[in-house]
Amino acid sequence: MATAVQTVERETYLNNGYTLKSWLLTKDHKRIAILYLISITGMFFVGGFFAMLIRLELLTPAGDLVSSDTYNKLFTMHGIAMVFFFLIPSVPAVLGNFVIPLMVGAKDLAFPRINLLSWYLYIVGALFALVSMMMGGVDTGWTFYTPFSTTYSNTHVVGTALGVFIAGFSSIFTGLNFIVTIHRMRAPGLTWARLPLFCWSNYAASIIMVLGTPVIAITILLVALERLLHIGVFNPALGGDPLLFQHLFWFYSHPAVYIMILPGMGVISEVVTCFSRKRVFGYEFVALASIAIAVLGFLVWAHHMFVAGISVYAALVFSLLSYLVAIPSAVKIFNWTATLFKGSVRYDTPMLYAFGFIGLFTIGGLTGVFLASLGVDVHVTDTYFVVAHFHYVMVGGMVLAYMAGLHFWWPKMTGKLYPEGWAKLSALFVFVGFNLTFFPQFILGYMGMPRRYHAYPPEFQVLNVLSTAGASVLAVGYVLPMIYFTWSLRYGEDAGPNPWNAVGLEWMTPSPPPTHNFDETPVVTWEAYDYEHQPEEVPVGH
Amino acid sequence: MDQQRESSTFGMWLFLVTEIMFFGGLFCAYLVYRATYYQAFVEGSQTMNIWLGATNTAVLICSSLSMALGVRCAQTDNRKMMVILLIITMLFGAAFLGIKAIEYHEHWTHHQFPGPNFSFPEAEEAGINPQNVQIYFSLYWAMTGLHALHMVIGIGLVLWITIVGARGLYSADYYAPVENVGLYWHFVDLVWIYLFPLLYLISKKHGG
Repeated sequence: MATAVQTVERETYLNNGYTLKSWLLTKDHKRIAILYLISITGMFFVGGFFAMLIRLELLTPAGDLVSSDTYNKLFTMHGIAMVFFFLIPSVPAVLGNFVIPLMVGAKDLAFPRINLLSWYLYIVGALFALVSMMMGGVDTGWTFYTPFSTTYSNTHVVGTALGVFIAGFSSIFTGLNFIVTIHRMRAPGLTWARLPLFCWSNYAASIIMVLGTPVIAITILLVALERLLHIGVFNPALGGDPLLFQHLFWFYSHPAVYIMILPGMGVISEVVTCFSRKRVFGYEFVALASIAIAVLGFLVWAHHMFVAGISVYAALVFSLLSYLVAIPSAVKIFNWTATLFKGSVRYDTPMLYAFGFIGLFTIGGLTGVFLASLGVDVHVTDTYFVVAHFHYVMVGGMVLAYMAGLHFWWPKMTGKLYPEGWAKLSALFVFVGFNLTFFPQFILGYMGMPRRYHAYPPEFQVLNVLSTAGASVLAVGYVLPMIYFTWSLRYGEDAGPNPWNAVGLEWMTPSPPPTHNFDETPVVTWEAYDYEHQPEEVPVGH
Repeated sequence: MDQQRESSTFGMWLFLVTEIMFFGGLFCAYLVYRATYYQAFVEGSQTMNIWLGATNTAVLICSSLSMALGVRCAQTDNRKMMVILLIITMLFGAAFLGIKAIEYHEHWTHHQFPGPNFSFPEAEEAGINPQNVQIYFSLYWAMTGLHALHMVIGIGLVLWITIVGARGLYSADYYAPVENVGLYWHFVDLVWIYLFPLLYLISKKHGG
């Protein structure tokens, strides 16, 4: 299909100013999304670097690659880079920033300058963390448990804690921006019931960001103050309570994991509907399930503390609530599956990642339910079973959803198509590599291999070697997109406004969009995912 | 413009909710430790000067009054009174910080700051562990310190809208920044209203 060659270059958000200043002082949500894309990709590879060192150490039972103190630093910095500087911003700050204003038919987010501030806070936070890493790192675990973090650790806790503190405000402002935008800037006719589920999911995640992040901010500030000024609320020598730290920490960090999955679930809703050419099954249920996850997610934090010294009575309550929070997630999985049923399924790359998500998130989620059971948890807590569980939901779930969304909206963001063959191959590497890396860890954990140890009994070696092999395969799956996405910027086929023939306001502007998004404010008269009335066209590039 | 004003006010309310959660962590710690070490908290609280604390409370309430009146003036195109009232607000804020500085100096010279130099001789006669009193003071310095930081930021914000307002950029059509800074100011005032009884008035035994 020949693409018309334009003699006059159309104004897009990309060519509207080429100077560094026009990018670093931009108020355009689309440019800010690209700035985030570059930054979080960088932090992803930082986290990946530490992961590689961890897996290399675990090839052999003896602790022979690094010392145990160094190993503590490796898993700490892997966790901090990945959780705070990659996963939490990933879908909201990159895809949400780019797509939400387009999806609601607005020119930009509600507070464009706060959006830019958000990115700068992220950068400053990341710099604090990176400098701390380069000066010798932190060894407290990403969980900063006291009194080790406040009193006994000899590493750069304060610098890292401040980095996380600052990045937290980046998160808060993004969430604030999304909530106000979705409430107040929807185009005429776009009622809440017609809102794409990507907006519902990001809205729910934003509620968590706004309510939860300040709590970890104050907690981590107290850790820093205790180290710097001896203001001691967690110091047992003063009668302080380490468990208070754990309660305050997990009060945010549990809901944080829902920040890390809800936006990804939003992507899956968009991708599954588009590539089965069907409206989502049970729209209201999926939308309300997002809100339910956000609300219930605040009620389960102490399931991270079952063996920390809380009463059995409390553990009982939190176990029950943790079972409840699984229900809305399951509702979503069932509804996406039902959406596929009798759909006209196309197996483009975003859809392959979505399939991966549905399977792997189910495994991750179910193993979460196992962990919610007190009896099982006592046996597998602090083992590789937990590590496998959370990697299944965070990597098998969220990262795959992020990849799905990146591939889905790449043509919109850049105006170019990525090479489908290479993309499918990468998805395969990711899926195979991921399972090879993390499935053995379920077995290792159940058999008793503890987490955060750099040495282990020799009978665990085979499974560890499989895991490291898997990690190498997974790494290939992550590096290939870096190459072909970059390649596509120059050599990719022109995408046109709607290469997937998808329904949604973001597909009704050119690719890449002009700075002001829409020439005229759109008026919405159709329901979400109105694929029945979408004319059947062969999409560009197929 | 109305839509923008309502949106920005909505944004400010949301931000204030995050501030509640932020201070909330400290209030949670206070709750837990006051329950566990009540006597230590009582003793620690006796060292607070309730006259200075009460004066500060009155100062902040008056500053909220002048702030609210200032917002009203912005809404009714009364530029001159608005600027005067905002300046009064800042003066009250500065007075608060000055009184706080006096109190901090007192506590500091009496070694009532947690760390290696902490000393609390009154603990022995009261029959309590001085280390637990350190927790009271940790919370005192952390909570009032964080509050004072917010006061400084608040004064900065009021200064900003005073300058912009003096140039005549606010009117009955566009007063959202004044209203939003007002909201922030009232919030910081409200936090102090909670801090004062919780820190200064725990079973007050001796006068002053």
